[in-house]
Amino acid sequence: MAKLDLRGVVKRFGDNTVCDGIDLQVDTGDMVCLIGASGAGKSTLLRCINLLEPIEDGAIYLDGEDISVPGLDPQGVRARIGMVFQSYNLFPHMTALENAMLAPRRVLGRSRDDLRPEVEALFTRFGLADRMQNYPDQLSGGQQQRVAIVRALAMRPEVMLFDEITSALDPQLVGEVLDVLLMLKAEGMTMLLATHEMGFARQAADKVCFLKDGKIVEEGPPETLFGSPKHPDTQAFLARALK
Amino acid sequence: MKTPKAAGLTRREIYEAQQRRRSVLVASTSTVLAVVALVVLVPLTPGWDKVKRSFFNADVLVDTFPKLLDAFLINVMIFAWCAPAIAVLGLLIALARDAKSPALFPLRIFGATFTDVFRGVPVILTVYLIGFGIPGLGLPRPWNSPYIWGSLALILTYSAYVAEIFRSGIDSVHHSQRSAALSLGLSERQVMRDVVLPQAVRNVVPAQMNMLIALQKDVSLLSFIGPVEIFRQAGVFKSLTANFTPYVGAAIIFLAVTIPATRYADYLMAKQMKERR
Repeated sequence: MAKLDLRGVVKRFGDNTVCDGIDLQVDTGDMVCLIGASGAGKSTLLRCINLLEPIEDGAIYLDGEDISVPGLDPQGVRARIGMVFQSYNLFPHMTALENAMLAPRRVLGRSRDDLRPEVEALFTRFGLADRMQNYPDQLSGGQQQRVAIVRALAMRPEVMLFDEITSALDPQLVGEVLDVLLMLKAEGMTMLLATHEMGFARQAADKVCFLKDGKIVEEGPPETLFGSPKHPDTQAFLARALK
Repeated sequence: MKTPKAAGLTRREIYEAQQRRRSVLVASTSTVLAVVALVVLVPLTPGWDKVKRSFFNADVLVDTFPKLLDAFLINVMIFAWCAPAIAVLGLLIALARDAKSPALFPLRIFGATFTDVFRGVPVILTVYLIGFGIPGLGLPRPWNSPYIWGSLALILTYSAYVAEIFRSGIDSVHHSQRSAALSLGLSERQVMRDVVLPQAVRNVVPAQMNMLIALQKDVSLLSFIGPVEIFRQAGVFKSLTANFTPYVGAAIIFLAVTIPATRYADYLMAKQMKERR
């Protein structure tokens, strides 16, 4: 059974259909990359999975449980699914450490003292040990994005969603963030990424899906999808993206 | 190619120094001219001697100033208990207006009506209506005190404005902050309390400082329903001395408080603009 299973997911904003019947399975421990032009529906799909956007039709299953039932309390689901955004979205009025401890304290009801060792361990693991007491505006983009990842991991999620998390970074900072993803993959985290980093997707993904106009046009292992794409749209996109 | 240098300055620095010298010269000349015009021309007006005697009488000022200061303490006192009440009520009204749960719908209506009514009525009218109206119910002492009901009028009026400022602060927090907080599993209420409100309040501190300054001045409106604060006290002295100088004294005392406060608010505002850029 897939960890995350999307069946015919449809999302509309008014007359604009952003996700048009998406079927997608993410197996436990896999890294799945969504690629495609801006506006293809990648980000919206991730927001739907985290229940930040209600879906019009279809269903989303997490461990076989339908989490897209209308009226379901989204909090419990969101606590199990971590999400990292393109623009970091750290809370600017809190230190990095407080950013990471807020949700476990409020949602899981754990105390600061109880949390501190494990959260500090996360910071240390991702090379941020000396940055815990800094406020977001004192950190570089790469550091902020890594703090955002730590903040999501502090909830011990079962699945992580990454929404173009390197797109706002200076080119020389992209590597340090992608390294974090590789570490998570090595630990067996289940991950779904929307990304423009074709090289990374090719190297690290277990499965790559090409989206266009809200549909998955083609999917497969990276060697196949990048090496011998079958659909003309995929070929056209990759020809431009890899130029 | 190197720029020619004189005394270790680049040609741009020399040019800027020239510009600075010129603007200082122009500014000081025009200031001197304006002051001279005032000092020379105003005393030439036919009524100047009378105005000088009745508004700028040094003896009257020295005699009444200490008592005016005492009376000003009443303003400070009223201000001191109104300001925190306004902050709390204003915040509650702002939150009530943003309440999403259907059960709280009456609260939303109440918040909207509240701000509409109290922003729509002149402060002095609210002070009159509440300050005279409620004690008119025949309440026993001390519940008929104009201090209580006058303060309430100020609190209600100012809460309406303060609530709107808080609301604009809440709107100023980017929606991506909400998304991030929700994605971590926080409830709407937790998102508001831990993520949105702290940022919103910080964003509106300068604007709220201006409300505090306005409140400090409007405390004087309570004089119309009884309390002998500084404006009323100045009026008493005006009658006693048949001279308007006590009003000038009161104005001086107000300015001594409001000018530093205004400067500080401007400083906060400028600092915030710089941080946002």
